[in-house]
Amino acid sequence: MLQISCPFCGDRAESEFSYGGEAGIARPSDPDALSDAQWADYLFMRKNPRGKHRELWNHAQGCRRWFEVERDTVTYAISASRKLARRDNHNR
Amino acid sequence: MKKYSALSLLTNALSQNRNWSEAWRSPEPKRQYDVVIVGGGGHGLATAYYLAKEHGVRNIAVLEKGWIGGGNTGRNTTIVRSNYLWTESSLLYEKSLKLWEGLSQDLNYNVMFSQRGVYNLGHSLQDMRDIERRVGANRLNGIDAEVVTTEQIKLAVPLINTSPRSRYPILGASLQRRAGVARHDAVAWGFARAADALGVDIIQQCEVTGINRDGGRVSGIQTTRGTINTNKVGVVVAGNASVLAGMAGLRMPIESHPLQALVSEPMKPVLDTVIMSNAVHGYISQSDKGELVIGAGIDAYTGYGQRGSFQTIEHTLEAIIELFPMFSRVRMLRQWGGIVDICPDACPIISRTSVDGLYFNCGWGTGGFKATPGSGWTFAHTIARDEPHELNAPFELRRFETGALIDEHGAAAVAH
Repeated sequence: MLQISCPFCGDRAESEFSYGGEAGIARPSDPDALSDAQWADYLFMRKNPRGKHRELWNHAQGCRRWFEVERDTVTYAISASRKLARRDNHNR
Repeated sequence: MKKYSALSLLTNALSQNRNWSEAWRSPEPKRQYDVVIVGGGGHGLATAYYLAKEHGVRNIAVLEKGWIGGGNTGRNTTIVRSNYLWTESSLLYEKSLKLWEGLSQDLNYNVMFSQRGVYNLGHSLQDMRDIERRVGANRLNGIDAEVVTTEQIKLAVPLINTSPRSRYPILGASLQRRAGVARHDAVAWGFARAADALGVDIIQQCEVTGINRDGGRVSGIQTTRGTINTNKVGVVVAGNASVLAGMAGLRMPIESHPLQALVSEPMKPVLDTVIMSNAVHGYISQSDKGELVIGAGIDAYTGYGQRGSFQTIEHTLEAIIELFPMFSRVRMLRQWGGIVDICPDACPIISRTSVDGLYFNCGWGTGGFKATPGSGWTFAHTIARDEPHELNAPFELRRFETGALIDEHGAAAVAH
């Protein structure tokens, strides 16, 4: 089981969290302008890297807030955990 | 290839079994092949076999970075069935099941395919409605399926807990009698031996490090044992599909997750069929060695580590003990993980790509073993003809652009 550091609550067991997949996928600001291939890329295509991965977790059984974790997908070691950056556009 | 038979067993026994020849050669890679298959698991070896057998391609290499069958082929719970909900997937898996039924004879290798039946349990009214719908859909597609009652289950599997007072009472099940299990290692070895006999070069300890392209076409691949020129590359690498796709500048709708399984100490025969439960998420059968073979769900996070979390196993064993209280005292012998390639619609990708001559077969997720022969058969057709067979045409990558997804999440008798 992973030990995940919630930036709001501190270190907790993985079973308190739910996984949200790849972080930093920005919703296109004008979906109508996209081709089907571009929309499919946004909806379905993932980096799925072997190594460092930026991903979203939700502290479902705690503060219920989303945050970002940097984790190695081979060693499973977590190298960083941070609050989501606030941006001006539609990015998460 | 020396044919295996009762006579060959006898003559080799007379010479103290010292004269068996190797089941397949270990050749040095050539500089050029007509087709290179990346990935020496069951699906890759089956692809090479059917390319040689059905399409007459002779100059084929299968490259494997470890040893053949050392990935998910040797790590799964060996269940074979075809009771999927949607027509596209049930026809694909049924093609595979039909190939399974003649596979030992076809390969001249005993893959120990045992059609002992598979029960998919229902624990709620909604489960039973879904089961009736799926059984009806299967029968319309010519696939054997039936709905059985709690009493029929208890009669067939006396150990199972059918108490109406249990946390998840068993209200009934679907049963596919032609489904069952096969010996996974034998599947890899049988396909390897039969492919080798048709001239396929199986090259182990050979990792692909790059895919060469010339214009929009594949021109060769780079490996840890040198560069190989070829115009056709078929990639069948399960959990590593995104990594290989990246070498050709492609993106895949795949996320790789750890999936675990475990076996108990060997016991006298107690369970002669396969029991699967979607709601409590466990599946169990007993191997010919007597071990209980138990499969878990995937870990929530993505990972390539070929191991998973204890809480996932704990969750599965809670379900198994709920169903079979007497197994609470059985000791578990070992547990392991494999890396499965999960697709958004829980269906595979058997497809051409935007790079000419580059084909991908991936996205089988948690249920690829049952499809081994059918996957190889359709992928071989796709590579040889440069177009999909009608069975795998719905499973091309373009479905993610057209929106024609085949949603088997939860519909395919188990949650993926």
